[in-house]
Amino acid sequence: MPLTPEDVKRIAFLARLGIDDADIPGYADNLSRIIAFVDQLNAADTSDVAPMAHPLDRVQRLRSDEVTEVDQRSIYQQNATGVEAGLYTVPRVIE
Amino acid sequence: MVAALARGDITSTELTTDYLDRIQRFNSKLNAFVTVIADEALAAAANADKKIKAGEGSRLTGVPLAHKDIFCTAGVRTTCGSRMLDNFVSPYDATIVERLHAAGMVLLGKTNMDEFAMGSSNETSYYGPVKNPWDLERVPGGSSGGSAAAVAARLAPAATGTDTGGSIRQPAALSGITGLKPTYGRVSRYGMIAFASSLDQAGTLTTTAEDAALLLNQMAAFDPKDSTSVDEAVPDYVAALGKPVKGLKIGVPREFFDEGLDAGVEKAVREALDVYRDMGAEIIDVSLPNLGLSVPTYYVVAPAECSSNLSRFDGVRFGYRCDNPKDLTDLYTRSRGEGFGPEVKRRIMTGAYVLSAGYYDAYYLKAQKTRQLIAADFKRAFEQVDVLMGPTTPTPAFGIGEKSDDPITMYLNDIYTIGANLAGLPALSTPMGFVDGLPVGLHIIGNYFDEAGILAAAHQYQLQTDWHKQTPKGFA
Repeated sequence: MPLTPEDVKRIAFLARLGIDDADIPGYADNLSRIIAFVDQLNAADTSDVAPMAHPLDRVQRLRSDEVTEVDQRSIYQQNATGVEAGLYTVPRVIE
Repeated sequence: MVAALARGDITSTELTTDYLDRIQRFNSKLNAFVTVIADEALAAAANADKKIKAGEGSRLTGVPLAHKDIFCTAGVRTTCGSRMLDNFVSPYDATIVERLHAAGMVLLGKTNMDEFAMGSSNETSYYGPVKNPWDLERVPGGSSGGSAAAVAARLAPAATGTDTGGSIRQPAALSGITGLKPTYGRVSRYGMIAFASSLDQAGTLTTTAEDAALLLNQMAAFDPKDSTSVDEAVPDYVAALGKPVKGLKIGVPREFFDEGLDAGVEKAVREALDVYRDMGAEIIDVSLPNLGLSVPTYYVVAPAECSSNLSRFDGVRFGYRCDNPKDLTDLYTRSRGEGFGPEVKRRIMTGAYVLSAGYYDAYYLKAQKTRQLIAADFKRAFEQVDVLMGPTTPTPAFGIGEKSDDPITMYLNDIYTIGANLAGLPALSTPMGFVDGLPVGLHIIGNYFDEAGILAAAHQYQLQTDWHKQTPKGFA
């Protein structure tokens, strides 16, 4: 089923991706082709197959709940565009 | 080089100066490096020379190296080939950066790559395409294309790379060098910018299998900072290179020779298998019946995981931020829309679609099931044989711009390499000849944690052949 321009707009919004209107038909075409391509998986019989959870059949390693990180806020914040008093600044959310 | 440094025949400063000079002369042709750190490299080389003189060096001390620009390097920017991270300077080193630095290796700079490692041609980089040193009109492969071109043109003796669907092996094949992707979890991914977390693995691009073994000895280790790192004993990969090929059972999956394989590439593979047969290996016909599902499976799993991993780029804490956002949603959507290139957007949207309400079972869950079928094929094959061999890519390097219009054609270029990522197996590509003057690679897939086995198989082949010694014209 081909994706419509509305589908592309909806997905782009879900992913918080700004897309120029002029580019939407191109993405609709590309994504439709990709989805049609992966649709061939439907032909595979997977009725008795458990989905893979880990390539090595292992479980995620756990660690004890101890504080291991030191405070490096000022170093980390050097990469941010907007910082004030140790806080990241964003446009006002609550009026 | 390692022996010459240890003997004192050459100093690290001389070597480093020579490589920096080559980068200066040839990088404008290739666009392989995004960042070169000449002053830091020379200081590190001087330091390495002192250590070697004092008898404190390791085997790698003083050997120059390039890192793919996906590995975080404290104090040196890490772009991941994206406008999003054009000005990003990591506050810390990736574990493998730290480990190779601790061994005394000299960092020359950071290499170009497909944006966020998404591509098979190195054309999606914000910094422009990398050129193949064998033919400047062609791609070097991707996504570790800068590392591959740099090593192929001898602008660096070795480089790191990452492989999610073939991003080390495919460019190694198309550039005429050796590329190794270890077992999932073998090498730490701490500080390696994530693309698809159930597939990503760090590895090496070198001229020889021996160099790959030298690097892997230093890179492979359990890392508590990476939750996917495995706590398994690390053998001495260099010591294991001498293992003879005699009696080696080589499985040749017949699906690797289906429609789509270039006749010249097939001929080169058959000739390589003859070399192994002459060395006493047994060639066994095997089947991976679900191999055809690997590319579509990958293009559900990888975009799904990328859409989640790349959600961290929000324009707030690091990375590109748009000008004058009118509200928070505008800040997110415009920063991401302007910061990411078209292929990254395509993959994020594919991922968001297959994970969205009503589609998750039909796509993501289904793909994790077909992935299980693919992995089971490999496990079955390894009950019969020690290694699998075939072509790394269906064709030699293609032209820049030739496949960039159709994502599916581009994706199919990774048809032979993706299986090892989906199953989590180690694999490498070694040079096996030329087709129309362009290098092609022999793909060797090993069983879980048998990096030593595939490196030895490649090393023994490299002792019998000189394909890996060929260098592109124009880079003397």
